[in-house]
Amino acid sequence: MEARTATERELQPDRTGGLPAWLLGLVPLLLIIAAVGAFAALGGPGLGERRGPPAEELAVEKTVLRPGTIEVTVRNDGPDAVAVAQAQVNDAFVQFSGAEQPIGRLESAKVTLQQPWLEGEAYEVALITSTGGTISHEIPVAVETPAADLSFFGLMALLGIYVGVIPVAIGMLWLPWVRRIPPGWLRGVMALTVGLLAFMAIDATLEGFELAGEGSQAFGGAALVLIGAAVAFLSLTGVSAWLEQRRSAARAAGASGGHLALLVAVGIGLHNLGEGVAIGSAYSAGALALGAFLVIGFALHNTTEGLAIVAPVAHLRPKLGRLVLLGLIAGSPAILGAWIGAAAFNSSLAAFLFGFGAGAIVQVIVQLAPSLRDGEGRTLHPVAVTGLLAGLALMFATGLLVSV
Amino acid sequence: MPQLSRRRLLAASVPALGGAAAALHSAVPHSHPWHSEAQAAEPEHGGHGGVGGHADFRDGRTVDHRANGFDPHEMLRDFDWGTTRRLASGQVLREWELVAAEKEIEVVPGVKYAAWTYNGRVPGPTLRCREGDRLRITFVNGSSHPHTIHFHGIHPSDMDGVPDIGAGEIEPGERTVYEFDAQPAGLHLYHCHVRPLADHIAKGLHGAFIIDPKDGREDADEMVMVLNGFDTNFDRSNEVYAANSIGFAYMNKPIVAKRNELVRVYLVNVLEFDLVNSFHLHGNLFDYYPTGTRRTPSEFTDTVMLCQGQRGILEWRFPQAGKFMFHAHQSEFTELGWQGFFEVVD
Repeated sequence: MEARTATERELQPDRTGGLPAWLLGLVPLLLIIAAVGAFAALGGPGLGERRGPPAEELAVEKTVLRPGTIEVTVRNDGPDAVAVAQAQVNDAFVQFSGAEQPIGRLESAKVTLQQPWLEGEAYEVALITSTGGTISHEIPVAVETPAADLSFFGLMALLGIYVGVIPVAIGMLWLPWVRRIPPGWLRGVMALTVGLLAFMAIDATLEGFELAGEGSQAFGGAALVLIGAAVAFLSLTGVSAWLEQRRSAARAAGASGGHLALLVAVGIGLHNLGEGVAIGSAYSAGALALGAFLVIGFALHNTTEGLAIVAPVAHLRPKLGRLVLLGLIAGSPAILGAWIGAAAFNSSLAAFLFGFGAGAIVQVIVQLAPSLRDGEGRTLHPVAVTGLLAGLALMFATGLLVSV
Repeated sequence: MPQLSRRRLLAASVPALGGAAAALHSAVPHSHPWHSEAQAAEPEHGGHGGVGGHADFRDGRTVDHRANGFDPHEMLRDFDWGTTRRLASGQVLREWELVAAEKEIEVVPGVKYAAWTYNGRVPGPTLRCREGDRLRITFVNGSSHPHTIHFHGIHPSDMDGVPDIGAGEIEPGERTVYEFDAQPAGLHLYHCHVRPLADHIAKGLHGAFIIDPKDGREDADEMVMVLNGFDTNFDRSNEVYAANSIGFAYMNKPIVAKRNELVRVYLVNVLEFDLVNSFHLHGNLFDYYPTGTRRTPSEFTDTVMLCQGQRGILEWRFPQAGKFMFHAHQSEFTELGWQGFFEVVD
């Protein structure tokens, strides 16, 4: 077959005029550039004049409250430039700085309003555009935004350690227990792990969609969650396949326990990254009181993640260093996430990260699924189903602790 | 994993870390960067803006009065007496021509609004006459919508300027003449009476109409203030409030009055979308003559409340020099533009 194709190509050299392949590949590209250029230069021939007033859309991406000022960062979501002419807070004109020039499509601007706001009260910011339209933004409860200085980053790191690293580490202490239980029970524990992960994937997806609906839609909104999930799933699948290739072909069927534990840790780590972003941004927005109760809730909730990591390595004798590494891979991204969320929160980015975490977890579930199989090759046997349901129930119950 | 619904996680639990964080970050210095800059740039606007001070437009800017074709400071004391001639009967015939036209005006600095105007201004000209005059108002509709002029006061039914009666609605390009005797003496108003009323009135087709008593009134520094506002985003509530259309106009440049001189303000409320409006004077009280139809004041007060179409004459003398505020005593209207200063000089 191949030989015949080659022969045909040799026999018909004139069809392409002897041009190199790369040039032929460029032809349509050059044509579309020329066509777009001509279309733009001629001002869209045949389309006529635009109808209606300009469409003004500004999405508030970030709100920062300092004594005496309210700072809102807006991004232009719409097709037209938006000029901010005046600003009002709670039905009164206020002085402000920023947005001196019209804000172009996808551009952002920071507007700082002079307002002697009171802690705990609600405020409505309205930016009045040059056409008289208003862009309203509600601040349900005014709380001073913490300054992003060294001590703040230290606090976020502490928070990440509390909700990410410590619970995961404690959860990993189930290792000696899972090592001694019979294989049938272990399959139940693996099913429990899959249940935990499934809950996390669903939860992260929903949270991602919620975040995507809040901010600017210019970068895709809810689509970002799905794109993030697809990117994570495909990347991890690729990495996993690559790791498998490098391994000896001895373990032909199913991933090795160590390999699986690493994948679970990476999946949970990516999920905790998104979680950290949410915690950091909620804290910096004043919407999160870091009460002891909340930290305890997170800790209990995340301890189950440690179990998920050690279950696949139950039959191995991993070194302590390797276990520590796995714990850090799973837990420490919460610190990084909290920093990102507190310092540079962007709902589009956060939505993407939540989708990314969900995709990673789905990939881990796919990898773990074969380990649930019993002697007869069934995956959803009674023990596995019980484990799955128990995992979902455990996550749901501990989740209630943090949804005050 | 943690379900972090930020709306639900409001400060409810024991502040363990949060308390420490608040302590770490509470010492942010309080500054007024805008205030100092603006004071340096525009010292004549003393007093506006900042965290304290008065509400105002950005940097105390005002609209381009020249481009608008009218200035609230000029309209304040601008009374249009029309052209007169004496009829055979001895009665004075007073004539005006009012042209309705669409015009884009700057109602807030940097914000354009597609207004509907009488003679290119909002409010329309203050028509002033004497009780018993024969009034002849030629109305030309130069806009692309049907309009009328409906006068308050006493007149025949077919001169009422409402649809289906008399000339009814005046179509674009058409004209009509409203003719009646000026009565009773007092302060009235006129406005378009075509459906939808709120649009036709709020977009600018309104003005004051003064009928002086036969024997006149005491000499005074006379001013007219038509209280209105603009709904720039069409949500049926106003984004800006004003006396004579331009918010804060008398704030950044006060109205100059003379100490001990009689001040007479013809106050007309045409504000749309809000149930009431009001006028409040600082540091002084005034005699209030509702509708200006009686010669004895109903009240000696510093605050009056008016619904749409209500109007009255205010008279007082400033016994002391200095700056005195006047504004709506609905704080919302005040800080959305409807406030100003009298600057009393010797």
